[in-house]
Amino acid sequence: MNVTQQIINAIWLGSVYSLFSLGYALVFSVLGVLNLAHSAIFMWGAFIGLVSVLYFGFPVWLSVPVAMIGAGLLAVLLERVAFAPLRARGAPRISQLISSIGASILLVSVAQLIFQQLFGAQMLARFPLGSIPTDPIEGLPFNVTPIQVIILVVALVLMVLLQLLISRTRLGQRMRAVAFNTRTASLLGINVGGIFVFTFFLAGALAGAAGVLFGLAYNALTPFIGEAIALKGLTVIVLGGLGNIQGALIGGFVVAGLEVFSIAAGGSNYRDAIVFSLLFLILLVRPQGLVGQKEGTRA
Amino acid sequence: MLILQNVSRQFGGLAALANVNMTVPEGQVTGLIGPNGAGKTTLINNISGLDHPTGGTIRFRDVDISRQPPHKITALGIARTYQNIRLFGEMTALENLLIGQHGRGKATILESLVFAPRFRREEKTLRAHAFELLEQFGLQAAANTPAGALPYGDQRRLELARAIATHPHLILLDEPTAGMNPVETHQLGEQILRLRASGQTVLVIEHDMSLIQQVCDEIYVLNFGQIIAHGTHEALKRDPQVIQAYLGEDAEDGAA
Amino acid sequence: MEFLSSLGISEPVVQFALINAILGLSIYLTLFTGMFSLANAGFMAIGAFTGVIITQRLGLPLPIGVAGGMLMAGVIALPIGLPVLRLRDIYLAIATIGFGEVVRILILNFDPLVSGLIGMDVEITGGALGIKRIPKLTETWHLIIFLILISYFITRLHRSRFGRAMAAIRQDEKAAANMGIDTVYVKNVVFILSAMIAGGAGAWSGHLTRIISPGDFGFDKAVDILAFAVLGGTSTWVGPIVGGFVLTALPEVLRFADQFRGVINGLILMLVIVYVPGGLVNPAGIRRIFERLRGRKSPSAVPPTSTEAGSKA
Ligand SMILES: Nc1ncnc2c1ncn2[C@@H]1O[C@H](COP(=O)(O)OP(=O)(O)O)[C@@H](O)[C@H]1O
Ligand SMILES: [Mg+2]
Repeated sequence: MNVTQQIINAIWLGSVYSLFSLGYALVFSVLGVLNLAHSAIFMWGAFIGLVSVLYFGFPVWLSVPVAMIGAGLLAVLLERVAFAPLRARGAPRISQLISSIGASILLVSVAQLIFQQLFGAQMLARFPLGSIPTDPIEGLPFNVTPIQVIILVVALVLMVLLQLLISRTRLGQRMRAVAFNTRTASLLGINVGGIFVFTFFLAGALAGAAGVLFGLAYNALTPFIGEAIALKGLTVIVLGGLGNIQGALIGGFVVAGLEVFSIAAGGSNYRDAIVFSLLFLILLVRPQGLVGQKEGTRA
Repeated sequence: MLILQNVSRQFGGLAALANVNMTVPEGQVTGLIGPNGAGKTTLINNISGLDHPTGGTIRFRDVDISRQPPHKITALGIARTYQNIRLFGEMTALENLLIGQHGRGKATILESLVFAPRFRREEKTLRAHAFELLEQFGLQAAANTPAGALPYGDQRRLELARAIATHPHLILLDEPTAGMNPVETHQLGEQILRLRASGQTVLVIEHDMSLIQQVCDEIYVLNFGQIIAHGTHEALKRDPQVIQAYLGEDAEDGAA
Repeated sequence: MEFLSSLGISEPVVQFALINAILGLSIYLTLFTGMFSLANAGFMAIGAFTGVIITQRLGLPLPIGVAGGMLMAGVIALPIGLPVLRLRDIYLAIATIGFGEVVRILILNFDPLVSGLIGMDVEITGGALGIKRIPKLTETWHLIIFLILISYFITRLHRSRFGRAMAAIRQDEKAAANMGIDTVYVKNVVFILSAMIAGGAGAWSGHLTRIISPGDFGFDKAVDILAFAVLGGTSTWVGPIVGGFVLTALPEVLRFADQFRGVINGLILMLVIVYVPGGLVNPAGIRRIFERLRGRKSPSAVPPTSTEAGSKA
């Protein structure tokens, strides 16, 4: 097999996985909940970006920020409706998980209804042909299209911005404080509710970006594009240690690498089995993730 | 009866217990005191199997229990209560005491499916014993109330009754008077002395010096994970190290 | 029957309602023990394929198919449960989601896998298309009897020492261990029993739908099963049965177009967990409402329902 080619594939696919998983991890680290509707937000991001191009005549590049804002707002709505009431009641994390599953089904089903109306029974939609540069760049020893390069660059820029936001700004400092201990943070005068909303917006925006980039790369949008990545993303954040931002970043590339190489090795039927077996194994052997620290057990 | 040899428990960089040596003699009430964060609860967790030492051994009646799972340790005859009450809040007081006797039942799932005689006989005995305990602790009226809805004092007593329901030889009490007024504290002291009189061995963690004085034959003092002194109450009162670490402030509180 | 059919509830609907009630009971057992497992769609798949292979490919009678399906699910649950049940809460949920996916993919690729191993082409699970033209052997009365048996089993379990241990583990696993309960044993036995019930439901349903494919038993199915228990409530065994019935019959009674089903299911799951946390059948909640109506103060310690308590954060 062409190893360089596989590495290139793994890198750009990994950038999408990482971008997606960052939002997953962000919400988990700040709120301690697993938002299984994250993949539905991803799909909606792609959809919003597509609609802005198809029906509002936006240039394709503009669909990325539009998708981010749209998906971010959708995530905030989700936080208010599906999570905030449970938090107010002090319900356990599992209730929030269940609520997010419900939200996910709802979001995908609504998208199905809309897709059917707009795009017919196939529920398949594409960005206009020719609007995306998909011819391989010439003169390289491997196959890579301009759009793949753009996706990689955009994803990396967003990751760097997120890092800066978290580590260098006051907002990021407050997010870290809330993540570390909600009660202490609120005693320090931090508006915890506001941080939660902002975290969801940020996570949604990242999912939206991942969604629209993914949509541009494959250019075949259905209401179901979130399904596969939902479980991949789960593997990524478990690999990185639930709630560990850096871990999610690295994990995305690892999972993509694993997937790309198992396809190349002829195991395309088993690539998902390999990814999920990894998920399984990590949980059993190192539930704190590959880079994480062990959680204390208190009696 | 219980012997700890060089028991250590490391949490990352923090040594919650460092080379603890301690003996709890049969038939006596042994006290364990020390400031907050000294490692007292950690010690009890390690003895009762919820946690395991990173070094050293814990022997109970010549059996090494350092790495045994909690249910085996209970079966060997060690029971405990908790600093923060941990009753089964949705279950009635009676059911809590039935759970306490779990290890004594022998009937299989199959036998309970078909109402086998052994199952029925056993249920009868377990319930009878549970009612005895309720009576002994003055909780008859609470028998069918969910434990979580009982008043605080009743919950404390129910927890002790539940520990006794396991038929222990050694009972570990983690700050049993937390949240009690002086009268209740004194009553609990008498309860402990009654247990002692019936041949029970007790290890009690306490802050309240009046209780310690009332019930303990011997006292160990733990500070920063280390035993810094042990002896009778009288002897410790004069130990400068102990006074500095702990008794200094609290002894006055206790006397007041 | 006539009344039911006037509501739009035909015999097939009743049959699926029964199967879903059985599935609801299967996840009830694990939830009641404080284990949030989403593995039951996987076990249902194992039961369905095993059962159908026994009747269709080996030509044995249906009861043997069902028993075989249950047995196979139980046998596979043991090596899965031992490592996985050490995990809690969200970690357990994720691991069991992973298990479900692995089962689905393995069934999907079972034929080439076995063919490769034994060196000749075989057709056992039928790949992505699954198995077709399964004889429709399951009758409504089979399902009613099975449901009654399982319900009886569970009520007896609740009144036994083992059942009390289950409830204790849900409320406080560590304290339960200190009471002398072998928590690892209890949790694994419950996991196996739950898998067997799900496997049984799979075998029955395979002989009802007459066609099974690995895609029928994915994450969506796992969520459906969870929804039966959440909607009905898990404070008593009646809840999941009611949940299974209601979620199956509701679309028929209200005559939704098929395409609105997802919307309704998602909404129900979300609204119930947010606003009716104890589910439809929740004696404690109902008692509380009555007491409030009579103007009495509700007790200070509100006993949470088991889905809620199943997983202390
Ligand atoms: N599971 C744990 N992980 C990390 N540190 C712990 C854990 N349990 C206890 N500790 C630490 O060990 C020390 C002793 O705690 P503890 O035994 O609860 O003290 P005490 O009961 O004497 O007040 C404390 O500093 C506490 O923070
Ligand atoms: Mg303590």
